Amino acid sequence: MALQALKTDINLNNNVYKPKFNSLVKKSFDTIVIGGGLVGSAVACGIARKGLSVAILDGGDRDYRASRGNFGLVWVQGKGADYAPYAKWSGLASKHYSLFEQGLKEATGINVGLSQNGGFDFCLTEEEWDERLVEMAAVSRHTHGEFKYQMLDYVELKQLMPPISDEVVGASYSPHDGHLNPLYLLRGLQNWTQSLGGVYLPETKAISIRALKRGFDISTSNAVYHSEKVVLCGGLDNQRLTRDLDMFIPIHSVRGQLLVSERVAPFLTHPSLQIRQTDEGSLQIGDSHEVVGLNDGTTLDVMAKMARRAVTIFPHLSSVKLNRAWGALRVMTPDGLPVYHHSEQHPGAFALSCHSGVSLAALHAGFIADWIVGEETHPLISDFSGDRFDVPIN
Amino acid sequence: MFQLISPSLVDEPVDLIEISINQSQMSVPSAISVAAALLYLENAVFRESPVSQSPRGPYCMMGVCFECLVEIDGERNQRACQIEVYPGMQVVIESTTSSSIGAEEEL
Repeated sequence: MALQALKTDINLNNNVYKPKFNSLVKKSFDTIVIGGGLVGSAVACGIARKGLSVAILDGGDRDYRASRGNFGLVWVQGKGADYAPYAKWSGLASKHYSLFEQGLKEATGINVGLSQNGGFDFCLTEEEWDERLVEMAAVSRHTHGEFKYQMLDYVELKQLMPPISDEVVGASYSPHDGHLNPLYLLRGLQNWTQSLGGVYLPETKAISIRALKRGFDISTSNAVYHSEKVVLCGGLDNQRLTRDLDMFIPIHSVRGQLLVSERVAPFLTHPSLQIRQTDEGSLQIGDSHEVVGLNDGTTLDVMAKMARRAVTIFPHLSSVKLNRAWGALRVMTPDGLPVYHHSEQHPGAFALSCHSGVSLAALHAGFIADWIVGEETHPLISDFSGDRFDVPIN
Repeated sequence: MFQLISPSLVDEPVDLIEISINQSQMSVPSAISVAAALLYLENAVFRESPVSQSPRGPYCMMGVCFECLVEIDGERNQRACQIEVYPGMQVVIESTTSSSIGAEEEL
């Protein structure tokens, strides 16, 4: 509105009023991605690789940023036990990772420290082990056996991982799982996007989005931007953003707390859901789930529980010091599955929401970018449409 | 290698105290951190990285980087920059601070 008023003002007083045009002219891009986390940056990177102009509008450092607080797993096992397309999609993501990571390294020189030599999920009770077995079998069935796994009892696990304690009942193992440094991944994706001419705009919070006859106007805290297509990757803010374009993608947050230890001599060669060792030697301990709204703090009871569990699995860690702890908010949909939605009402508007920004990055920069720019549509994408949340409102 | 820059330490007589470093008695100014004391004694390498074995020393001097870890009074991996020296303190600079943890384990 203000911009319209100013333009009129400029036209009427062309000879007297000389505003700084550069700051007022709407900046245009083929595609604008709202949100510069792992999902937005991966998609923007994929779009930039197609040679299209793309801008990432990002928020501020104090926003809730799952991408800067997450655990760094590239994970497959257990995903999609109740939904075959998710099992297939997660497996595909893992398969595409190493090629993607090589491309990132060649283009940016950034090594994200990807290791995909298989991961464990420890079971501390018989019930857990039994449930896991059912889950793994389901994922394998959904993928027609492409998903490989092993259920290990204590004796088998002890041979592979001598430091485990006899309180561990067993573990599931899958060769598809791995981990990396998520902060390097985020930086790598943004650098790659920028090296291809993509624009990264920090502190540029999208305030409102308006669908025009052709394209979209996005009002931000700094300026108004225009694009042919808009991709909403705003994490926890996607529920607000999608509403502007008459989409309904319900999002809630699930907090995960994370402990980081001092550097320890390498002993953990495989990641697990509960604990992983970074290539710099730190141990990360995690896997808590709490629904606490927008509170991204830490609590003593959860931290104590996670530390206790880590020591239960690996007793020799009892003397290791913890250096840091933080909480971060996962971006969750009601069914925990990704959303890849293309608006019917406003063609060119897309909404992407998921809690697996690391695991799925290769596909977001690949098939999802292909789909957004209008090239081939991978057949699994339609299985993640946001239409599943549509409920008739009277 | 390192000089005292605090005017009070440079211009006024410094109270020296005795601490033990790797079981040798050393005189260091009072009211400074263990890290400052070690630097004062021209000791820049505090430990080795448990992963790469590269030499490490204090980097931030404000408790954030965890590079200045030493053993103080029997408790290992203390941040030397966050603890003030006192008479009789026993400091041990280890070669590998976490060598007892899993170094020999192979999976």
